[in-house]
Amino acid sequence: MELLERFALGDLEAFESLFRQFQGEVYGSILRLVRDPGTAEDLTVETFWRIYRARARFDPARSFVTWARRIASNAALDQIKASRAEILLPADLPDPRAVNPAVERDLHDQIRAAFRRLPAKLQAVATLALIEEKPQAVIAAELGISAEAVKSRQFRAVRLLRKELKRLGVEP
Amino acid sequence: MTERDDEKVLSLLRAAVPPLKDPGLKRDLWPAMLRKLDEQPIRVSWLDWALVAFVAAWLFVFPEVIPAVLYQL
Repeated sequence: MELLERFALGDLEAFESLFRQFQGEVYGSILRLVRDPGTAEDLTVETFWRIYRARARFDPARSFVTWARRIASNAALDQIKASRAEILLPADLPDPRAVNPAVERDLHDQIRAAFRRLPAKLQAVATLALIEEKPQAVIAAELGISAEAVKSRQFRAVRLLRKELKRLGVEP
Repeated sequence: MTERDDEKVLSLLRAAVPPLKDPGLKRDLWPAMLRKLDEQPIRVSWLDWALVAFVAAWLFVFPEVIPAVLYQL
């Protein structure tokens, strides 16, 4: 019997083989979205836990890695949504024209905070498209949305980010 | 709203949130996965709970069967 069929039937050894084969890839795709190695490790385990629980619904004729990456993206999006709620609005805004390294660091912190305040779905697309510079088709496959949706979310993310930066006193 | 504005936003963003250079996994996560699998509590299905509720209700309505049931145990 094939590995994927054995996994779908609940064979733990088959699951271990798949885990060892794809843990790095799943971890990488999560890390790109959440940007924290510890969180990415926890979410990788969480992703494979979700995969193991859903094994009966998996069709062995389909691609395991595509399915796994989709579940990983959902786990990462859940994490982004949860962490967004914890971010507080900054009280003091730095002068963006200052060249003091400490102020510049503050400015980067403010920009990161502004970025993290984007809605989770926009933040995920913006991370992959604008920071990691991945092609739209790859992002679409990873997040399980159309290329048009990627384009639209990217546009909305930039627009919201510009608005947020303006609020912080950073005029693009 | 111009393309130049967008470029400025992107350069500010990339300076604050640089792309990941090496998103490689540093350790094997299988031991953590095994712990997670072991930690999960035993799940009782709703059917089992319904059966327990039915038996409890039955014993409540017909308490005279309790000695007979206990005798059978």
